[in-house]
Amino acid sequence: MNSVLRIILQRLALGLLTLFIVSIVIFTAVNLLPGDFAQAILGQGATPEAVAAIRTGLGLDQPPVVRYLAWLGGAIHGDLGTSFAQANFASFTGTTSGAKTVAEQIAPRFANTMFLAGVTAAIAVPISVTLGLLAALYRNSVFDRAANILTLTSISSPEFFLAYILILFLAVLNPILPSLSNIYDGMSFTDRLDKTLLPALTLTLVVTAHMMRMTRAAIINLLASPYIEMARLKGVSPLRVIVRHALPNALAPIINVIALNLAYLITGVVVVEVVFVYPGIGQLFVDSVKIRDIPVVQACCLIFAGAYILLNLLADILSILSNPRLRHPK
Amino acid sequence: MAQISRRGLLKTGVAAGVLGLTGLPLRAQTRGGKLTAGMNGANTSDSWDGRTHSDLFMIACAMGAVFDCLTEVSADGTLKGELAESWEATPDAKTWTFNLRQGVTFHNGKPFGADDVLESLQMHVAEGAKSAAQPIIAAVTEMKKLSDSQVQLTLKAGNADFPYLLSDYHILMYPAGQIDEAIAKGIGTGLYQVASFDPGVRFVGKRVENHYKGDSAGYFDEIEYIAINDTTARMNALMTGQVDAINRIDFKTEALLKANPMLEIQDIPGNTHYYFPMLTKVAPFDDVNVRQALKWGIDRKEMVAKILQGHGTVAYDTPIGPANQYFDADLDPLEFDPDKAKYHLKQAGMDSLNIDLSASDAAFTGGVDAALLYQSSAAKAGININVVQEPADGYWSNVWLKKPFCESYFSGRATEDWMFSTAYEAGVPWNDSQWDDARFQELLVKARAELDSDTRRAQYYEMQQILRDRGGVIIPMFANTVQAINKKIATPAKVGGLWQMDNARMAERWWMA
Repeated sequence: MNSVLRIILQRLALGLLTLFIVSIVIFTAVNLLPGDFAQAILGQGATPEAVAAIRTGLGLDQPPVVRYLAWLGGAIHGDLGTSFAQANFASFTGTTSGAKTVAEQIAPRFANTMFLAGVTAAIAVPISVTLGLLAALYRNSVFDRAANILTLTSISSPEFFLAYILILFLAVLNPILPSLSNIYDGMSFTDRLDKTLLPALTLTLVVTAHMMRMTRAAIINLLASPYIEMARLKGVSPLRVIVRHALPNALAPIINVIALNLAYLITGVVVVEVVFVYPGIGQLFVDSVKIRDIPVVQACCLIFAGAYILLNLLADILSILSNPRLRHPK
Repeated sequence: MAQISRRGLLKTGVAAGVLGLTGLPLRAQTRGGKLTAGMNGANTSDSWDGRTHSDLFMIACAMGAVFDCLTEVSADGTLKGELAESWEATPDAKTWTFNLRQGVTFHNGKPFGADDVLESLQMHVAEGAKSAAQPIIAAVTEMKKLSDSQVQLTLKAGNADFPYLLSDYHILMYPAGQIDEAIAKGIGTGLYQVASFDPGVRFVGKRVENHYKGDSAGYFDEIEYIAINDTTARMNALMTGQVDAINRIDFKTEALLKANPMLEIQDIPGNTHYYFPMLTKVAPFDDVNVRQALKWGIDRKEMVAKILQGHGTVAYDTPIGPANQYFDADLDPLEFDPDKAKYHLKQAGMDSLNIDLSASDAAFTGGVDAALLYQSSAAKAGININVVQEPADGYWSNVWLKKPFCESYFSGRATEDWMFSTAYEAGVPWNDSQWDDARFQELLVKARAELDSDTRRAQYYEMQQILRDRGGVIIPMFANTVQAINKKIATPAKVGGLWQMDNARMAERWWMA
């Protein structure tokens, strides 16, 4: 088990390094975009004096390196700063009290995004693994073909298109589910679930194909192995061959692809959130990029990168644990 | 205008007679129900600080529901008192006395009085405060409390529109001494008190019982405003009945809304205008003949038909629109006429003219298309417009006010003076045509302090004529405010067009059908 612990620590250290590099890339990229926060927020009213006043107020007149180091210093201490929009609006009153910090701003949105990801995962993971198993069991049958065609069609369509198709059939023609997913604090769990179902179904359609096909491929791959042939020769039923003998050995690639898709559910839901007016982190991210609100953009990116790193780490650990050869190295 | 409640009518039993006299729509307002509206323009940084408001969502929440101003612009454009009951001015329009409504309380129980007015006004000129209404209040040299229900404001120079300016959505009335708390929680004197507010996401308001407006406004028991910035999502929400009203519909899918018998599209003429400013101190635009040639070389009807999809009216180069009090509807038209354009070009000593037009969709929706339309109509008059497509990012900083011929928009203002002194007075920062005309400037200053309505009308008509004849902006169109409601909501026959959603006051003025 010590080796597992060592791997975790190693990977966490590498993860921190990745986050650091990501933060530099994002900071540079946002700075390379034309216009800055002052110009974006003032719009038509961007007179040179007004732009200069906001820039001085927010420290945007400092050179980029100085600004980055200041941000990094705060971030290391766990302080993600105050968003430009909040700081700027707060300065109307002449004080900075009352301005929400980036962490306070992101927390409820992130919780919403996690809720959506959770609901989607609860639907998508069992469906795709089951479909994958059945497709492997009845491979090249009509069922296998149909499952493949349907999931590949849904993954090949743009998300907003899938969303509108679902809205058309489930909200407009047959008003079963609400097309507006404006969840808020204090909603009962069932109401929240009801409102989240349509975006969750859309995302399910997007991620199912990947997981299902990987499950199917990993199992079919193993079915050619001598030990499976042995099992079959001793008369084990096909279902039992797959579930008892093939699946445990195919877990590693399946866990990997599930982790990758879960990360996507956290980071890639921007379009779905906009279509369904779901108050998640993706909308906040897009709004912040639009007004070049660097502190919020940075924090969102760090969360996205962190989600990828942690879920991949989790996948690796689980695949090690699922494989006795890796669990007990010589 | 006196509003008549259904209960009141039933009591007196003279319903038909009174309705006939007042000309009210024959749909009586009923109390009760819930209004759910989807609107754009919300942001996670929104707060109850009126000084920061700039887009519909917060204007509808604050001025339209939770807070009150001293004065209010009615749907027909006239001014009426809100927290001020009446007002009078000295003949030079310099000193204004406001009589405040009595018996008004804030949502936390504090009575409203003169101190609240003074402190709420001072917020806009406080040290370090960056209020959009700063110029309005900065023009006040002295604020005096005459009694608990009377304040006197003295201006630097006479301004007959001053009570109009106080209807500005930034100038909300807060409780004195508790302004920070009121901004944090949303404590005003409005018809609806905050039940829940999630910035950039949602606002819920509950009707205040025993409100000073009584039964004359605020018919819903509850209102819910949902932030829906995406146009398609907004249309979907209305179609599936999850909201009862939306602002800004998408013209492309307008037919779908029309096909639904439960929905009604409101198409309201307003003052929003899309236009082409020229720097009148830069050649060749310093020559009035060149400007006139350009004025005759644009096909305004085509612009309204193709850029606004018919949701607008033709304008003749003046920013005073159909929602203004002194709008001159009989201004001499400037219809597309290549011969007249050629004639003015000849007067300028030219056979043809080559100019650059800086265009971008950042200036207004369809900005580049409008420039291309202009290019093709002007070509018939020997004017070669080279359309330079500018990047949307930084358009207002790098192109507008800098390039000699570009595109822009204004949402218009409630009063003529407000509009002119924002963008047409010599030397103001947003004077995007470098407009400096002796007669215009003289009229502007005179009309500002003029209390006689007929004299003012004549002055403003002349100013519109001047802009039409020789002004430095080409304003081909006024865009309508286009929004949609479910028919279970009823509205008065006249819906305000100064701001979207009945001047952002739908919570006060609409009711369940």
